[in-house]
Formats: sequence, C-alpha cells, structure tokens
Amino acid sequence: MTATRTRVVITGLGATTPVGGDVATTWESFVAGRSGVRALTEDWAAELPVRIAARVAVEPDEMLPRVQARRLDRSGQFAVIAGKEAWSDAGLDREEVDGDRLGVVCASGIGGLTTLLSNYDVLLDSGPRRVSPLAIPMLMPNSPAAYVGLEFGARAGVHTPVSACASGAEALSYGLDMIRHGRADIVVAGGTEAVIHPLPLAAFANMMALSKRNDEPERASRPYDKGRDGFVLGEGAGMIVLESAEHAEARGARIYAELAGAGISADSHHIAQPDPSGAGAIKAMRNALDDGDLEPADIRHLNAHATSTPVGDIAEALAIRIALGDAAGNVAVTSTKSMTGHLLGGAGAVESIAVVLALYHRTAPPTINVDDLDDEIGLDIVCGESRPLGDGTLAALNNSFGFGGHNVALAFRSV
Amino acid sequence: MASTEEIRSGLADIVNEIAGVPAADVQLDKSFTDDLDIDSLSMVEVIVAAEEKFGVKIPDDEVKNLATVGDAVAFIERQGS
Repeated sequence: MTATRTRVVITGLGATTPVGGDVATTWESFVAGRSGVRALTEDWAAELPVRIAARVAVEPDEMLPRVQARRLDRSGQFAVIAGKEAWSDAGLDREEVDGDRLGVVCASGIGGLTTLLSNYDVLLDSGPRRVSPLAIPMLMPNSPAAYVGLEFGARAGVHTPVSACASGAEALSYGLDMIRHGRADIVVAGGTEAVIHPLPLAAFANMMALSKRNDEPERASRPYDKGRDGFVLGEGAGMIVLESAEHAEARGARIYAELAGAGISADSHHIAQPDPSGAGAIKAMRNALDDGDLEPADIRHLNAHATSTPVGDIAEALAIRIALGDAAGNVAVTSTKSMTGHLLGGAGAVESIAVVLALYHRTAPPTINVDDLDDEIGLDIVCGESRPLGDGTLAALNNSFGFGGHNVALAFRSV
Repeated sequence: MASTEEIRSGLADIVNEIAGVPAADVQLDKSFTDDLDIDSLSMVEVIVAAEEKFGVKIPDDEVKNLATVGDAVAFIERQGS
C-alpha cells in the first residue's frame, strides 16, 4: 500500500433485479425483506424437478426501445438497462466524458445461452438460412460489455471477466485496477445473467445445487437456515460507476462509498465443491483487507456469497471466522440472495450495490427465511429485519465464489 | 403476383420491424445503407424476411447489388414473375 495510490470511489449505481426494476426499488425491497422468487408457470417447467426461479421484477422490453432490445440477448438487455441507470445516476453525459478515459467491464457467468438455444431450435426446425445473423454478436459472452461500451462511447478498454458466480465481483476488481493503473478515469463495471431456461435449470438441478422447495417459492432461498436445500436460480444485472476520487471530486459528483480494495484467490481444490478448509476464501478476504489498508476490526458488515447450499454456507462461514478472527463477531453478516436468488454472473455486482447502499444508508439488509439458524454458522447473521450499522467510518466486505474455485472479496469504505 | 407498390409496402413493414425505420420513409429511391441506416447484419435479416414474405430466393451474391429499396423491389418482382 502506497500513500499516493489512486483512490477509487463509487458515483453511480444501476440494477435490474428480481426484487426491483431499478436500484431504488431493489434497495427498498432489500430493507423490507421481500423475496423475488416465484413459481415458474411456463409449460416447460412442468417436467422439471425444480419449478421455481427469480425472474427480474420488470421485463426488459418495458425499459428499452424495441429495435435496441431485439439486437440484444436478454443478458445484454439487463446490462444496458443497469448501465444506463448507473450512468445517469452518476450525472455523466456522453458529450462531456472523454471516451479515451472511459472503460467498461461487464461480466457474465454463462453468456448468451438463451440466444444460442433458440437459434439451435431455428436451425433444426427451419434450416440454416433462418439462423439469425445477430446470433453471434448476441450470444458471445462479451456482448453485454460491448453494447454498454457502445452506449457510452467507451474507448479506454471494454472487458468481460468470466469466473462463474465470481464474475460480477471480478469485473469490479478489474475496473478498480484499470483506474489504479491509470488506464481510465471512469469505469462502468458490473455483471449480468439471464439463463432461466429448462436446460440450465435441469443441469444445476442434476448437480444437486438447486432448492426443490417448489411449493414455497418465496421461502426456498434460505441461507444459514437449517432447512436450506440449495440455491434458487435468479437473473438480472448490476452496474456500478467507478471513478478516480480526483475525477469525481473535480466534477462535484455525489460519492456513495470508496471501493477500497479487492482480494482474489483460487482454490485449486475441485471444479464445483468449495474447499472445506476455506483456505481460498480466507486468502481472498485477507487480500482484500490488505489491499484496502483495512484491519478486521474495521469491518462492520459483510454481504456473504451464501447461496443457501448446505455445504457452501458453512464453508464460507468458517472462512469468515478465520479471516476476521475475533473481529468476526462484530460483523453484521447478511445474504441478499435470500431475496434475489442467485444471479450467477450478476451476483457480485448486485450484492456490491447492496453493500454500497448499506454503507451509504448505514443499514444492513436482512437475510430472510432464517427460521432456525444453523448452529454451525457461528456468525452474527442479520435475520429477518434490517439493522442500523452505527456511526463513524464503516467498512464492509462482499464475497463472491464461483464454480472452478474462483474467489473474489471486495472491500468498501464509507465516505 | 404482387404489384410494385405492394412489394415496396411489404418491404417497408419488414424494415420497420427490424430497424425501426418509419415505414413511410422506405421509398424506392432510398439507399438501405446511406438513407435508412441499415447495417450489414440487419440487411441479412431484411433479406431473409423478404424471402419468406414474398416466396422468393435472394442469393447472397445478389445482396450487394441491392443498394436501394427500388433495387430490392425490382429483384423480387423478377423472381416472382
């Protein structure tokens, strides 16, 4: 840590999530503890072992011009909607921003899967002539990033990290690096996902990863509860405007919080199982603290990866207790996935927005559906109702872990 | 066989659906690229939709010759006759 290193702050937020079509509605739902999980009523769902998911609260075609919407995969639609909101929230104007100093990093865990599959159906049913010439620019994983970049005229670099469910957090880490390394003054960074479709639902279900609480959709995502039985597939996007503090202050921007640091590690343990020792997750959190010049005692809030799987929630809780040591008991821990389900590549970004607003409003949103807290968790979980975070400088962590053993922890500080 | 105006009008609906150009702007003298801002990807969509609508085949080699709406209408008329 050098005293002269560029500070990076957050000046704009945008989201479309299962609990709100924008940031304000999403935050209101978080604080109120509302679930966005619903029963799937489509015909194709009837045959599936899992018939619940968390779709976005507002369909994208209600928010985008028709011609723009039809050129985008659903994941790209979410990213552009969230990107536009973040851009406008930050008070940015394309005419005034220097595109050569503007970057975009937009992650996706899986990419344009529904575009791929629907065009495969067209190929089989109607032949190759009918496959859309837009299919490739829609389904490529970098498509959302590229379209967000086109929207704002970003020329400093447009990137797409892919690390499964850690992707959205990795995008923010990448954006932090771009600004620190002097390659950009502003980076619009986040993640998106849109794969609520029978194929991924069947595949995740066959991994025994999904909750089968089909009769109680709103109670299916229940991190830390003894009765949890897997995650709920969600969709949506979060985009965040990162900016060098110097640039933000010069233009008089409203600053929500500082992105103080990022910590990254890899488990090298198993393609889908978390390392039960938590070594990789511990390293990521410690790296984030070091990078942000923070001590464990500075951390007052943590938005956990906690997806509501029996093994994962415990492994992460152990890692948090080890990484933060005695200070872990003073951290208000929550999992907003209890409300949104798991947004895969969008999760790290949407949950970072939850952390940023928790610091800004000094309120930790709750984990819902914790009827019977699992004794093995051993953390101060914000159960049921939101909780005030108190005065003074606050710091918080956001954890994201992905299949493949990718671990990303982000550290935020109040301003 | 559809009249020139019927083909122009049908093509205008396709261009409107794909590119959002007002159908009334899709006149015979308009260039797809320069006047209607149709990019190469959207042009392929327009061609495939026109093939379906008018029951004709428009070979890939021919597409580069269809600079204006009038070129496309004339080609479709010849194919359909």
